[in-house]
Amino acid sequence: MRKKPPRLKYFTSGIVLENPLLILMIGLCPALATTASARDGFGMGIAASFVLICSNIVVSLVRRWVPSSIRIPIFIIIISSFVTIADYALQAYQPGLYQVLGIFIPLIVVNCMILGRAEGFAYTHGVIDSILDALGKSIGFTLALGLMGIIRELFAAGTVFGFPVTPAGFREQPVLFMIFPPGAFLLIGVLKSIINKLTVKKET
Amino acid sequence: MKLNPAQIFIGAFLINNVLLFRFLGLCPFFGVSTAVSTAVGMSAAVMFVMLLASWVTWILFNTVLAPLGIVFLRTAVFILVIASLVQFVEMFLKKYVRALYSSMGIYLPLITTNCAILGVTFLNIDYRFNLLQSTVFAVGSGLGFGLVIVLFAAIRERLEYAPISGSFKGYPISFVAASLVSLAFYGFAGLFGVSL
Repeated sequence: MRKKPPRLKYFTSGIVLENPLLILMIGLCPALATTASARDGFGMGIAASFVLICSNIVVSLVRRWVPSSIRIPIFIIIISSFVTIADYALQAYQPGLYQVLGIFIPLIVVNCMILGRAEGFAYTHGVIDSILDALGKSIGFTLALGLMGIIRELFAAGTVFGFPVTPAGFREQPVLFMIFPPGAFLLIGVLKSIINKLTVKKET
Repeated sequence: MKLNPAQIFIGAFLINNVLLFRFLGLCPFFGVSTAVSTAVGMSAAVMFVMLLASWVTWILFNTVLAPLGIVFLRTAVFILVIASLVQFVEMFLKKYVRALYSSMGIYLPLITTNCAILGVTFLNIDYRFNLLQSTVFAVGSGLGFGLVIVLFAAIRERLEYAPISGSFKGYPISFVAASLVSLAFYGFAGLFGVSL
């Protein structure tokens, strides 16, 4: 053990090696429900990231005054305050996105990733480390959601962020299947199998 | 929303299934659906808490939060109410109903962070259901959760013995199976002219 662990690792580990969604399989509900298009996927990722970063900062700031026996309810109150902020901010400034994401914005409060980082990391680390950790995990989660959104939109509409990228013939008869729930399950299954393939190769 | 209770029930139970179409409660879905017996215990606990939580949160929202104009506290209040409700149910069952506790007690703590419960309580409010409609919606959603999770557990028990190529073992093949189950449930769309 080195005396001072390299802090950058907190940041980088969340993006690829400990990607919350694709490696740890945390936060599946929003990942499947809100990735029908690239915009929705990134929007959900950014909303969850905002809550994660803010709650990690606050939890690491107040951790000295939080008795361990009632820490979970306190974390939940901190997280739900930021969820409420995100909920009302989206409602005011991005009403279209808010309509699509629906109850998945308030449901960020039960996203295991956020409570897990508060309990597993921010409660035992300083502010700077917690911010780095939250940033890494947020980027990983947002990129994973965005990737799913891009793929599903590409197949289901032939566009990415609303810009047409496929030939017109494809856009007239797209693979509509991908926008429906079965397509979401299939896509995450295929993504996970690709990741299994890659990680097994690395080990051997 | 002018739906009669039967339509709400069918809508929540089959057509807009809470797991397959609303994507609520996926963590326990993939976590405990490895054997039929655990799936039955989990879904019993979910149904029970979902109904209780719907009642408590509906009454709280319509008698306290809405009249006082503090609707913005909904998220915080609901999650705390559900967490304490689960704790209370667990203690009550442990003390008075040992048989029930031994069959579903270990699943209760997991339920606090089950988004199906919180999601259904939010939907009750968002759809502006009255108390009867909320009850029916919670029962239908709970049964729908139970039906799918038990069906899926049976499929996964078979998958254990199926020859599956390397990278698809475990989670990926479960997702593909879930995709097919979800596709099968599309057959219920438009049943009795219900869409919720």
